[in-house]
Formats: sequence, structure tokens, C-alpha cells
Amino acid sequence: MLGVVTGFIDELRQAGVPVSMVETIDAMGALEVTELGDRAALREALRATLVKNLRHERAFDTAFDVYFSMLPSLKDDGDSELESPPGGPGGAGGSGPDQDDLANLILRALAELDDDALRAAVRQAVDRLAGMEPGRPVGGTYYMYRTMRRLDMAALEAQLADLLVADGLSEFERRLALEDVQARLELLKEEIEEEIRRRLVADRGREAMARTLRRPLVEDVDLMHASSSDMAEIEDAIGPLTRKLAARLARRRKKRVGRLDFRRTVRRSLATGGVPVEPQFKHPRPSRPEVWLLCDISGSMATFSRFTLQFTHAMATHFSRLRSFAFVDTVDEVTEFFGPGVDFGSAVSRIASEAEVVWLDGHSDYGNSLEKFFERYGRQLTSKTTVIITGDARNNYRPSRDGVLKDVARASRALIWLNPEPHAYWDTGDSAMFQYGRHCTSVHEVRTLRQLEQFVEELALPTYTRSS
Amino acid sequence: MGEVESIPRMCDMDFPDPGSVADALRDVGYLPDNRISQVVYLAVRLEKPVLVEGPAGVGKTELAKAMAATTGRRLIRLQCYEGLDEAKALYEWNYKKQLLRIQADTDHEWDTISHDIFSEEFLLERPLLEAIRSPEPVVLLIDEVDRVEVETEALLLEILSDFQVSIPELGTIEASSHPLVFLTSNNTRELSEALKRRCLFLHIDYPDPQREALILTARVPGLSAHLAEQVARVARSIRNLDLKKAPSVSETIDWARTLIALSIEEIDENALGETLHVLLKYQSDIEKTAKELVSSPVI
Repeated sequence: MLGVVTGFIDELRQAGVPVSMVETIDAMGALEVTELGDRAALREALRATLVKNLRHERAFDTAFDVYFSMLPSLKDDGDSELESPPGGPGGAGGSGPDQDDLANLILRALAELDDDALRAAVRQAVDRLAGMEPGRPVGGTYYMYRTMRRLDMAALEAQLADLLVADGLSEFERRLALEDVQARLELLKEEIEEEIRRRLVADRGREAMARTLRRPLVEDVDLMHASSSDMAEIEDAIGPLTRKLAARLARRRKKRVGRLDFRRTVRRSLATGGVPVEPQFKHPRPSRPEVWLLCDISGSMATFSRFTLQFTHAMATHFSRLRSFAFVDTVDEVTEFFGPGVDFGSAVSRIASEAEVVWLDGHSDYGNSLEKFFERYGRQLTSKTTVIITGDARNNYRPSRDGVLKDVARASRALIWLNPEPHAYWDTGDSAMFQYGRHCTSVHEVRTLRQLEQFVEELALPTYTRSS
Repeated sequence: MGEVESIPRMCDMDFPDPGSVADALRDVGYLPDNRISQVVYLAVRLEKPVLVEGPAGVGKTELAKAMAATTGRRLIRLQCYEGLDEAKALYEWNYKKQLLRIQADTDHEWDTISHDIFSEEFLLERPLLEAIRSPEPVVLLIDEVDRVEVETEALLLEILSDFQVSIPELGTIEASSHPLVFLTSNNTRELSEALKRRCLFLHIDYPDPQREALILTARVPGLSAHLAEQVARVARSIRNLDLKKAPSVSETIDWARTLIALSIEEIDENALGETLHVLLKYQSDIEKTAKELVSSPVI
């Protein structure tokens, strides 16, 4: 057992989940008071002690399923009798129930939400329909689809709908009932997947399986090429991050002292017999930072710009003084589209239709955009403004006109550039990162959520002041 | 949760397995799922704090209250907010009383007085210290811990890992009894690694319709099983939509109460359209849901 658990923790670390020594010890302590035969209990015990972030739970679940799939699920003793189902016709011949019976068995289990019956039925289905061959190098999804196709999921869905959706329901009630059918089918798919994974692990060993199933954590997904399901998770993570950024930006100037704090002065004076030798001052109210966001929303940046807009949207809820601008080959202010209480989807579509960000041909033109930006809004920049530009600095070989960025930097408190491309690609091809970068307070590679988080952390460092 | 008295008082925190935790919680009207009872059981056995995370209104705070009710322990609650400091969370010297003491006593030598004014008599207990010093064990609830600044989190670390508080003038005060600690977070910001490391982690999500129906029947008197099931299914359906703020469990409870007050026995499109504002708090959400679920929008 100990060996499996340490192997499991090792796998978690490989997948990128930070597990500290203390947490390992806690996990061992938790196992001592846990019923080890109960897989669900074991899962919760390890999860509660090892995973402290919701974003890591998917990685945890994958690894857990691989490492502990060989443990008996709760009701394992029962399945020997279920091998020949009650009333099954062909039991004596050793062939088990035929395909229709199997589908019926599953159908009944789903309709009654009977977990044990479902598990037993799925076990048989995988046995007979997946056609798994030991040592054959195909992925679990292959067997999964094979089983599902031969079970005829569409027919199953229709039959289940017949059972659960009564006739004569209103449109609204039908919808609710159909959602219920979908949820139960989801249950079946999970069960099949688990069964197949269990067999694959038995065949290939834990480490090998874990390696093939490993996927990057949400914070390591490349923002330029994120899939839509990744994007949804990334969007969930943005909220907390922007709040942190807001706090960091607000905290950066702290030296000045505020008004006299009478209560603390008197209290401190007790040490000197009631004579206020050491006056105490209130902390100054945190300065309200002004942030301007300048986002490249051109086509080449499609996924990333969706991310930056999402980021902008989340920032807008924390900053009252946030202004946002979007540009392709010219620039327009989009602050008003992101007011408080605005739905993100509708804001994006409004930007696409109403904001004037395209001037000539819809290819990125940083030079023109920046020039227009400074021309129109430059005079409103103050020494409190932090300007953040997000974009890949790919200028389509147009003149960079980077001199204007120097003016922007001079007029603002800080100028930060976030580039979603790997550092190695900067200044290759049409990228003008160096020309622009030399005027910026700092330039950061932000390809993943983790890097964005790092950037936010660094903002807090006292060394973060204007260079030059 | 008025029926605490009627329950035979359990031998405090005597939980041999997760099932007994679940039973105890059920007795006071809190319906835990497997995960909740398992983690609470571990927290009791390992004497570790639990960090409870999840969307607003799924019963995070309620869990701590239910644990207090079922164990018969006192609940000490520290509500976190931006700007919370140690004078509000841990302890404070009662300087007014100290001043009076100095002025009232002119006979004694200064040395005796100065020792005197930094004694327990002049110490004002705040929730964390109170929980530590309580002679009988308590349940300590640190609510919405994500609202304090990262720096303030450090205040909690000593208490969470060693159950003690260090006061420079007095020395270290150790817990006379082990409190059961719950921290709740709405995940508006990342908590520090140091804090997380010291806690067990429990994520509570929206319950599945079966459990939500049970919760509704337990919490709303006079709710028929049929209506409870319907409410739960509508709630799931609405949560599947992409909304600014999905309806929480407490909101579905409110909704069920509203339906009873309006003596609605069966949810149909009209009933939903008219009462949607109980479930959803943003106009844009209400419009979106009405468009999706109600074919003839009422709004």
C-alpha cells in the first residue's frame, strides 16, 4: 500500500500538482484512520490532504483512477452472481446474456439509478463488446467508442427517454426530463470509461498508463492554442487572479504616512507612563491605481485576445478606474462595453460590431495603433497610470514607429508589455518586440496562466520600479 | 436548527467512522454527501482545520454551524473582511483600563505597576484567542478568509498549525482544548500555500438533484416530495446555463418557500416566469433564463 501511495504522489508531482512533504505525512495519517477497502473513502482522504486547489482535481482524479483502479470497488463480491443475471436465458451455455439483454440490463439500472447493477452490467458489456486484446497498443478511447457503438447509445438514449419522459408534458417539463436523461447517460459513459481504464492498467501497469493519460494542468495550457474546454477552466481561474493584481497595483506606493492615529498613540504612550513620546500614524488609504489595458484583438491572436478580453472584463469589476482599448490596425476605447454587470459574451459581440478597430485591411498594425492611441488619449495619461499592452508585436513588416511608445512610457507611471509568444520567437519574422520592448518598463512572456500569476507576483516586489 | 436540545447529546466528537458523522449531521438537518462527511471525519480524527471552498450559498458556513449543533459545542465565529487586523482577530490590550490603573495607583513602585498592567486582567480576547482559551472545546469558524489581505493570513498560521497564540508581553498561550476549525472561502482570490498546507481541503459544489431535493424537504416544511424534485431539477437546468451568478442552494430554498407561500403545487412556465427573481439576482440572468426556459417571456 505504501508503495502505491508514494508512487501515486510521485505521479501527482510529475503532473505538476505541488505536494509538499507535510501533505504527504498528512495523507499517511489520514490513511491510518480510513477504511482502505472503500475506494470512495480512500479517494476523499487523499484528495483532502494532497490537493488544495480545485484546478488540480482533474489531474488528481486521473491519477487516482489509474493508481487505485485495481482496488475492489465497494460491492465486488456481488458480481459473481451477477455474472449470470437472474432469469438470463443463456446462462448455462456460458455465453451469458446476449446483446439485447445487456442493453436492457443497463437500461433498467439507469432508470432506477442503481449504481451496483449498472457497474455489474457495464463490466459485462466491456467484457463482451470492447474486444480488448492484451498488449495491443491502442488508447482507451478506442475501446470506449467500440463499446459504445456496439451498445448502440442512440437507441439506449431513445429508450431511456421513453421510460423517463412521459407523454403530454409541456415544452418546459420535457426539457427538464431530457436533461435528466443526459445526466444518466453521462453516468453510463463514466462507468464504461472507468472499467476500460481498470483493464488497461491491469494490462500495462500503472506508470505507463499514468504517463499516457497525463495532461497539462490548466495553468500550463498554452493560451494561444487552448481548446474551448480548457478556455472555460481558464476563465474560471481569471477572477481570483485579477483581484490579486488589483491588490498588488494598489499597494505599490506605501511609504507616505497618513493622519495621526489617536487611539494607537495613547495606547503606545502607556509604555512611557502616559506621555505620548511616540506618535502613531494611520496607514494612508491605498492609492487608487489607474490601469489602462491595450489589447491586440486581431485574428492571429484569436484565442489569446479572447483571454485578454476576459481578463479585462474581470479587471473591470475590481477597478473603478480601468480603461480598456482594443486595436487591430487602429485603436478604439472599449471601456464602456465592460461596465459592471455586463455579460461577457454580449460585450465581445458588441466590440466586434461597434468598436472601430479596423482602419485599412484588418491586419495588425502596431505602429499606427500606438500612434493613434497617443494622439487621442496621450494627454490623459498621468503619473498614476499603469499602461499594460497585450500582443505578440507581430507588425506584418510595417514600420514599427516605436518612438511613440517612449512618449507613452514617459507620460505614465509604468508601461508593461505582455507577450503570449515563447521568448525564443520574439524578434523573428515580423515580430518587433525588441523595438517596442526597449521603451517598456518591463516585458513579460505570458503564455500560460502560471506565467500570468508569476507576473502578478513580481509586481509586488519592491524592486519593481521604473528603470531608465 | 432549533431542535438541538431534543437530540441525545453525543459523547463529544466520538465519531468512529465517516458514516457516524453523516448521521450526526443529518440529525441536525444538514445533509452531507460522502465527501463532506469523509473530510469532516478526517478533520476530527487528525485534529486538522478544514478549508471549505465553493460557490456562494452551498452550505459552507452552515456546515460549521451544524457541526457545532451536533457536538453541542459553542460556535465562535470570526467574520473576515478587508482590513482585519490582529487587534480584531486575536487580542488587544485594554488601554483605557491600563491608563486608569496607572492613574489610580500612585503608592506603588513603577516596576510593580508595569508588570501589573500587562497581565491577563487587561487583555481583551478576540475570537481566535477566545477559541484557544475556552476551557471546553469549541467550533471555530473563520468565515470568508479570502477577504483578508495576503499579509493578514499570516496571523492565522500559528493558530492553525499549533493551536497556540504568542503574545509578546505574556508569552505563548496554548490551547486548553482542541477547537474544530472551519475556514470558508469563496475563492475570490488564491489563498497562500502556507495556509493551504495546514488545512484539509474540501470543495463543496452544487448538490445533484436527488440530494438537493432531500435538502429542500428537510429545510422547507410543508414541501411535497414532488415539488421538491421539480425545484431541484429546474435548479440544475438553470445552473447549466452560462449565467453571471447561478442560483445557490439557499436561493432554491427561498424559491421553494415562495412557491409554498403562493400555494403553487406544480411548476409550469408561468409559475417559473413569475418567481424567477427569487432565484436569480441579475436582470441579465433573469432575461437569459426566461428566454431559454420559458417560451413566452413574462418579463
